[in-house]
Amino acid sequence: MKTIYLLIVLFPLVGALVAGLCGARIGREGAHWVTSLSVGISFVLSLIVLIGLIAGWVQPFNDTVYTWMVSEGIRFEIGFLVDNLSAMMMTVVTFVALMVHIYTIGYMSHDEENWPAGSLAGVNSYQRFFSYIALFTFAMLMLVMANNFLQLFFAWEAVGLVSYLLIGFWFNRPTAVFANLKAFLVNRGGDFGLLLGIGAVLLYFGSLDYVEVFAAAEADPDRTMSIFGGAEWKVVTVAGILLFIGAMGKSAQAPLHVWLPDSMEGPTPISALIHAATMVTAGIFLVARMSPLYELSEVALSFILVIGAFTAFFMGLIGLVQNDIKRVVAYSTLSQLGYMVVALGVSAYAAGVFHLMTHAFFKALLFLGAGSVIIAMHHKQDMREMGGLKAYMPVTYWTMLIGTLALIGFPGFSGFFSKDAIIEAVHASDRAGAGFAYPMVLLGVFVTALYSFRLFFMVFHGEGRMDHHTREHLQESPRVVTVPLILLAVPSVLIGLFTIGPMVFGGYFDGAIFVHRANDVLAHLGQDYSGPFGFIAHGFVTLPLYLAAAGVFTAWFLYLKRPDLPAVIQSRLRPLHAVLENKYGFDAFYIKGIAGGSRALGGFFSRVTDARLIDGVLVNGTAHSIGWVAGVLRRLQTGYLYHYAFAMIIGLVVMLTWFVFGAR
Amino acid sequence: MLESSWPLLSLLIWLPILGGVVVLALGDDREELGRIVALGTAALTFLFSLGLITGFQSGTAAMQFVELRSWVEALNVNYHVGVDGISMPLVVLTTFSTLLVMIASWRRVTVKPAMFQACFLMLNGIMVGVFSALDAILFYVFFEVMLVPMFLLIGIWGGANRIYATIKFFLYTFIGSVMMLVALVYLQFQAGGSFHILDFYGLDLPLNAQIWLFLAFLLAFAIKVPMWPVHTWLPDAHVQAPTGGSVILAAIMLKIGGYGFVRFSLPVVPEASMTLDWLMIALSLIAVVYIGLVAMMQQDMKKLIAYSSIAHMGFVTLGFFVIFAIADRTGGSGMLLALEGGMVQMISHGFISAAMFLCVGVLYDRMHTREIADYGGVAHRMPVFAGFFVLFAMANAGLPGTSGFVGEFMVILAAFQANFWYAFAAATTLILGAAYTLWMVRRVMYGEVANDEVAKLEDVDRRELTVLAVLAAAVLWLGLYPAPLIEIMEPSLENLLEIVAAGL
Repeated sequence: MKTIYLLIVLFPLVGALVAGLCGARIGREGAHWVTSLSVGISFVLSLIVLIGLIAGWVQPFNDTVYTWMVSEGIRFEIGFLVDNLSAMMMTVVTFVALMVHIYTIGYMSHDEENWPAGSLAGVNSYQRFFSYIALFTFAMLMLVMANNFLQLFFAWEAVGLVSYLLIGFWFNRPTAVFANLKAFLVNRGGDFGLLLGIGAVLLYFGSLDYVEVFAAAEADPDRTMSIFGGAEWKVVTVAGILLFIGAMGKSAQAPLHVWLPDSMEGPTPISALIHAATMVTAGIFLVARMSPLYELSEVALSFILVIGAFTAFFMGLIGLVQNDIKRVVAYSTLSQLGYMVVALGVSAYAAGVFHLMTHAFFKALLFLGAGSVIIAMHHKQDMREMGGLKAYMPVTYWTMLIGTLALIGFPGFSGFFSKDAIIEAVHASDRAGAGFAYPMVLLGVFVTALYSFRLFFMVFHGEGRMDHHTREHLQESPRVVTVPLILLAVPSVLIGLFTIGPMVFGGYFDGAIFVHRANDVLAHLGQDYSGPFGFIAHGFVTLPLYLAAAGVFTAWFLYLKRPDLPAVIQSRLRPLHAVLENKYGFDAFYIKGIAGGSRALGGFFSRVTDARLIDGVLVNGTAHSIGWVAGVLRRLQTGYLYHYAFAMIIGLVVMLTWFVFGAR
Repeated sequence: MLESSWPLLSLLIWLPILGGVVVLALGDDREELGRIVALGTAALTFLFSLGLITGFQSGTAAMQFVELRSWVEALNVNYHVGVDGISMPLVVLTTFSTLLVMIASWRRVTVKPAMFQACFLMLNGIMVGVFSALDAILFYVFFEVMLVPMFLLIGIWGGANRIYATIKFFLYTFIGSVMMLVALVYLQFQAGGSFHILDFYGLDLPLNAQIWLFLAFLLAFAIKVPMWPVHTWLPDAHVQAPTGGSVILAAIMLKIGGYGFVRFSLPVVPEASMTLDWLMIALSLIAVVYIGLVAMMQQDMKKLIAYSSIAHMGFVTLGFFVIFAIADRTGGSGMLLALEGGMVQMISHGFISAAMFLCVGVLYDRMHTREIADYGGVAHRMPVFAGFFVLFAMANAGLPGTSGFVGEFMVILAAFQANFWYAFAAATTLILGAAYTLWMVRRVMYGEVANDEVAKLEDVDRRELTVLAVLAAAVLWLGLYPAPLIEIMEPSLENLLEIVAAGL
């Protein structure tokens, strides 16, 4: 099996290398074929592994690939852990990646237009793009297949690297290179926590291997460490929170969320692949993978719960005031990631991962649909210039409708199952913070429906507000674009119906995710679970469905029935609107406060401490006091000095040679 | 001790020095021939140095390839060389870097080319001498003589303000080493008249004597590393030095400071090292945080990389001196990780700083400016070069998979074992390192083509490509598979820990 797992990760890597290094030679066709095929093979193999695991003819795998290094007997390794959790992730990642590869053939087909004249970087940009997304697929697979913290960190940073390269793909745009630097640095802020978390794990559990670490933590769960003075903290709490800070960076949880909306500067296919479906869910995956560790710390889980609940509601609110089509979807991603994190916080890991999976499909669909709209609009993204596109783009329209319904939790669609499972789990949980989280996730449903249908109505219905030229060229996107939309629409509708039973209430994750009996809210809910249709029926008697309906209705009323109203509301609620427009001031805090503060501090150290104090007083002071030395040196410097110096070296050579080989 | 059947180390020391003499003798008139001789010598030296790797016995801490001859019998000074797992990688790094510099500066220098090449060849031999000397006086001689060619390189081929930089460089480093000579002579008396460095180990010296010795070594080596606050010569020296000089300075000469700490400070005066470890840890962390912030504000690419070197070398000294705090907390486990991390960081920094300075050299050769503000959108004109530049920048920012990650990762993990806050301060490099490096990348490489000069840039030629590709391979190799290097070092570092423990 090891060979198969190696092939799964190596195919995309080879594809990336070929497309990246030989891009000029193999041409555009060659590049998209080699990468799409290699990712396709990875998908098929992953699917086979997944089916095998479910059917039982593949056993969970945990083994080393190679030893990176050994120090003091501690092994730092590259190795795979393939069980039901990672196999599910591998399949989702490679499937979405494959869809995005195919879609990209259409989306980037005129990429040369995005580059300034004479730019040599624009010549093979198409091949480079394919190389990057295949490389991303490789890195993401390494992340979900890791069996140890070293490889986790490797892949964690590698996906960050590709994200950096892709956000700044059109690097002639100042906004893009601002966004990619911001994304990398904010993520590094998260990685800072992750690295320290790994430090804690190594110190207290003596290993970096997941299984060994979980066993060591389980054996001594009440061990404490001191950080601030005398106060003792449980090691699992400290390690758990530190590791989660890493997850907050990648999965864009407040306050480390600020990079994700800006990441929309990147081409749309990667917004779908990296910044919606896969990379940003790495944090969710991390916590689910570490469930044996987190189950030992109520405090860490409560922390996670509160962060997730805050993100789920308050980031959704910002989505209401965005006019850029991609940014609306981006804030929706933030909010949905918040839902997943909330699920983790109440120990409903399976529900969180379940939502991760359904979200991967419908959010990739929404982004690619938005991309299709953007192609039709000649790369304009402002929804205020759209409207009435339904007539021109039927496939995009219907698939987007499916994605939107899935997102708001329309009964029977995949998002309905996953979101309701989370809300029910929070409702049933008695963890500290659940009292705050429950209203947040409930109100979030209304907000989600409102911004989703606001987008939908503004783009597809009502009057067309685009200029004449754009209107004349409006047309449905080519088949390489629409086929992935259709292929993603299928699981967006169906996947929840078929998988909620085993994944959330069944034993699919047994052995991969560990939940303490007393914390197991899903098992508690499962007692009342009577199949997916019963779950749908139950949905009709609970609040979320009606909140979603209210959201859709509000959107309809405000943006179709009375399109004059939003402006009135906006002027009435100006302070609130300003708060949302400024995104609660997080950006200003980072840019002015942290970045500006560091620059000011660096400038002070550079100009005052280094230049005036050390150089001015100490060095030059010393130099003055022995000024005659400098004087002598200065006079010698007129051309004789190097003669003198060489005489010195040659003299030494002669002397040494004489003593060593001559004078016995 | 393993005697050598033929004098490989002597060959590595004297072959390049002899080559330098020949190149000098050929003079500027027979420039082409001299160039070929220079390149050939550097290549041969590098090839011979590979013999150190193939012939090296791992699994032992003993000195290998040892040569011992009497030099100044009256003073009991010997010509005594040999390498162990600590010095051998540094020797190979030296010959490797020299060869790269020779290729990179091929036909680049028109002023006194013969002397230029002779300087590098002689530096090569001398620095191999520093790393392999087992006699304290021999070490001292090489340590001092090393300054001369570097002094000349900056003084003759440097930039506009080179005189100030050379004098600063010379004064700083010279003052440092004079103190060391006194310490070495003192130690010789204590060791019963032997200048053999290994005889200095395990001397039972009183603590206050140890402290004085420690401070003498500290001055010599801290200036070389350089550590805050004796670091201000480095940015000036780099800015004025020609590209090749910067490469050697950053890749090798700084390492001599780090090497000095493991060869002298820790084993010779362990008790003082333990007593003053708070100072060393504090200075190292200042290097990481303070210098990281200073680096961010630099407007000159070379200065920026120079400051980043200081910050990265902070991990070397942190790794070396955090071991006592680790021992306090864990009783021993983690100490080796810290030492190995520091050593790996030295090798890795050799590759990365060389690559970064060569990259700046590539740009400087075309634009004759190092000001970041003069650039912008270079990637549009030089896509291949941009690929390398971003790779090395990422390595400089400690991206996993590159060598820059390995040492920092090990040192941070080890520092955590001593104290959470040490690791916390050290780990800020994740953010600071990325901030100063990638901000530079953004301003130089990305954006619109900034001006007509940039619009005329030509991508790298085959010679430049070769050098950058070799370094990229080295950076990736060490990042993806550091195990062989660690294996070479571990026995010697284990032995070092035993010596330190015995001296406490």
